[in-house]
Amino acid sequence: MTTIAEMPAGFADKVLSAQSTFRSVMDAMARPGSVQRVAADVGTPAGMMRGAAAIALTLFDHDTPIWLDAAMSATPDVARWLKFHASAPVVGDSSIASFALIGDAANLPALERFAFGSSEYPDRSTTLILQVDSLTQGPTFELKGPGIDGSALLQAMIKPRDLFQRLSINEVLFPRGIDVVLVHDDHIVAIPRTTRLIASGV
Amino acid sequence: MNAPTYNFAYLDEQTKRMIRRAILKAIAIPGYQVPFASREMPMPYGWGTGGVQVTAAILGPDDVLKVIDQGSDDTTNAISIRKFFGKTAGVATTTSTTDATVIQTRHRIPEASLHAGQVLVYQVPIPEPLRFLEPRETETRRMHALAEYGLMHVKLYEDIARFGHIATAYAYPVKVNARYVMDPSPTPKFDNPKLDNCAALQLFGAGREKRIYAIPPYTTVVSLDFEDHPFTRYRFNAPCALCGADNSYLDEIVTDDKGGRMFVCSDTDFCEQRQAAGHHGTESAAPHKEKAHV
Repeated sequence: MTTIAEMPAGFADKVLSAQSTFRSVMDAMARPGSVQRVAADVGTPAGMMRGAAAIALTLFDHDTPIWLDAAMSATPDVARWLKFHASAPVVGDSSIASFALIGDAANLPALERFAFGSSEYPDRSTTLILQVDSLTQGPTFELKGPGIDGSALLQAMIKPRDLFQRLSINEVLFPRGIDVVLVHDDHIVAIPRTTRLIASGV
Repeated sequence: MNAPTYNFAYLDEQTKRMIRRAILKAIAIPGYQVPFASREMPMPYGWGTGGVQVTAAILGPDDVLKVIDQGSDDTTNAISIRKFFGKTAGVATTTSTTDATVIQTRHRIPEASLHAGQVLVYQVPIPEPLRFLEPRETETRRMHALAEYGLMHVKLYEDIARFGHIATAYAYPVKVNARYVMDPSPTPKFDNPKLDNCAALQLFGAGREKRIYAIPPYTTVVSLDFEDHPFTRYRFNAPCALCGADNSYLDEIVTDDKGGRMFVCSDTDFCEQRQAAGHHGTESAAPHKEKAHV
């Protein structure tokens, strides 16, 4: 059994680390496709990248049900760490989750399994936090939408290769939909539901 | 024992997390009003409790804060909010539009164009543009869900039928990203074109009504109008009496009880920058005054 002494730490400075991490996430969300950096020092349980851990401590609490994929829940470390540092309830039903932490993006479940929100309350949707292989190298994705001046180029190794094809349901569902935050180490990129793929290269 | 101090930027961390989640949803769904659990703030409703909560949730120690009230840096509301964050967050404050990273505003958009990386936080009294047309929240929510905005066009049409033109001069409704009709807060419609394709992130906080909404940078914002009655801006047909600007939004100031009046820029920073650069108007203070009367 893990004792408190063995538990990875949270933020070094709870208040200012959460603030700087939030500003990175807000900038990422306001400028889809741009790569933002999470600067805060944060302990990470096994299987969780620094960016994902920092976002968890910034946005999760007792009001936000969290869903973990098979990779994240392979050991009880992540759930225990979330419970200790964020008091966030981990739920088995992905359709009621506020956030879903995806450690193994290649096995991302069908998006229909998450909450899209309702037409009256489209904000009641699941935000996916997806750990990917790279946000600086790999195939190029050309994006457009609010927050982007003309078009934005994102170079990323994203495991469900068809992620953007799957996210095209956002266009039909809008204003309902799924917002995604891609994480690699301490880099983050946000793909809100308004972002559209123009073209993808190799 | 240490004297009790406030948490950084006044709000507790759980409140900040809740507001931050609402802000992220608001950015993801431009123009949609996200409900949030607005807190009691140490100022009355109507003094910017919504804007203050949004500012408190985003503000960091490296930020430079500017607060304006109807364009002015020197009014009671602007000064007290600036001091509030100076005290509770220890942030640097400024009156310069270009130097600020976060600008909290009541009812104006600065004249100087905003740049990428800046955040403009609006204080909003009534976030629902349809509220005076339909008082029931359940109904306005349904109307937004169905993008059923005919009623708003009827209202603008009734303006034309009664006055011959669209008489709405402030809180002029806009459509954001071709989907949600949004109230830009009671800014004069002169400012509406600045909402469109703005480089800065725009966040709106309504404290009493418990709503947060947003316009991401570079987002299409269209003022509602008709083909035969297109949207027009309005300003007093006069140059600023202090700096001579003929393209800024003006306040009318009554100077005596004999009908005397002068028009001056509502944006005090813009006006002062222009005066410092040597521009002057008919009523400029010395040393320009002598020159102006020659």
